[in-house]
Amino acid sequence: MEPIINMALLTMLAVVTVAIIGQRSLFGVVILASIYSFLIASVLVVLDAVDVAMTEASVGAGISTVLLLAALHLVKTIEVLPTQPRLPPLLVSALAGVTVIWGTLVLPPFGTADAPIHRHVVPRYIERSIEETNVPNLVSSILADYRGYDTLGETTVIFTAGIGVLLLLRGTRRRGHNDRAD
Amino acid sequence: MSLDLILRIGTKLILPFILLFALYVQFHGDYGPGGGFQAGVIAAGMVILVSITFGLAAAKQVAPQAMVERMIPVGLLIYAGTGAAGFLFGRNYLDYSSFAHDPAHGHELGILLVEFGVLITVSGTMVSLFYAFVERGR
Amino acid sequence: MDFFRTVADHYNYVITIFVMVAGLYIVTSRGNLIKKLVGLAIFQTSVYLLYIEPGKILGGTAPILHPDFTVYSNPLPHVLILTAIVVGVATLALGLALVVRINEAFGSIEEEEIIEKDRAP
Repeated sequence: MEPIINMALLTMLAVVTVAIIGQRSLFGVVILASIYSFLIASVLVVLDAVDVAMTEASVGAGISTVLLLAALHLVKTIEVLPTQPRLPPLLVSALAGVTVIWGTLVLPPFGTADAPIHRHVVPRYIERSIEETNVPNLVSSILADYRGYDTLGETTVIFTAGIGVLLLLRGTRRRGHNDRAD
Repeated sequence: MSLDLILRIGTKLILPFILLFALYVQFHGDYGPGGGFQAGVIAAGMVILVSITFGLAAAKQVAPQAMVERMIPVGLLIYAGTGAAGFLFGRNYLDYSSFAHDPAHGHELGILLVEFGVLITVSGTMVSLFYAFVERGR
Repeated sequence: MDFFRTVADHYNYVITIFVMVAGLYIVTSRGNLIKKLVGLAIFQTSVYLLYIEPGKILGGTAPILHPDFTVYSNPLPHVLILTAIVVGVATLALGLALVVRINEAFGSIEEEEIIEKDRAP
């Protein structure tokens, strides 16, 4: 049952992606991106990644949508199609896609328990997490303890990005392209 | 103004539960899905909901701008400080073993402190990002 | 029958890669900066899936330890992607801030119009 639900959700994901490519109203694009995030969150629940699903539902479908709408409030909301030819990007993308799919064919089949990814490091986490940290949620114990340096780095990136946005948007304001400094 | 009555009352009703849920996600993160990142975003979502329904001024009474902007570095300092506290006990950086008599309890406490730091930074960043974009449009 | 089995085993990866190149296509073929950012976000999200999918074990459960279960999905990719999602929204906000500033300076968010205005004396 699990693989069937998974395949159905992934097919819907592909359909929404195609709709995003074709949509020219940016409001439509933002709402479709929000639907896309909810579908990703559902797929993640099926894949047993509940912590990640919760994050994607609140961040991807919530905060990013709000920020994109807040930005759309400040700019024009209809996309103008570019005049340059669109065939080269399509060819490059298709070529890249076929190459990477060809590369994934040698990956272990979906859902097998003896894949190499499950043999290294993780069995020890599963065995010793309770004994060493008293925390049954492995994601929390790895996030904050075993791989604490990673998370410290990620928090620093969030800090830096936040400071960057505040520097860009809280400064003095200049409207229109005519008074551009030369 | 009278048409959004249901929206206003509904928002008021739902606000405490959003905050409660954020705290639940934060402190129950050791035993179920959740943690500092998710709780921070949910708490920021509460402030954004206040701002959308009652206006930016009301949101700034709930979460003053100076406060949320200071939360960004404070959370990071809590995280880094928890790591550096390991030095005081003669341990490595981010080694929480000596925070309590039992190493396992020390690690549990360390994880809780670190997640709290993440909560502060993430919620502060998200709310100040929202304020920055909204203010630019005025 | 073997062919269908192979397709079922690798369907996840095929869709993930399709979504990935769709993101790449949006970024390279469209000139609208907001749409480019959405394309970039789609590309990024496909990488989340690419990380999480190999960690799944059919018949396993979410990685929260409980005496009733013995088979758990791999929690390591979950940790990496959880932080990546929040970093992703922070960088998306940074990109949007740049777009807003570009719009204030040039009065447009279309790449071709911006280049034209930039070249004009």
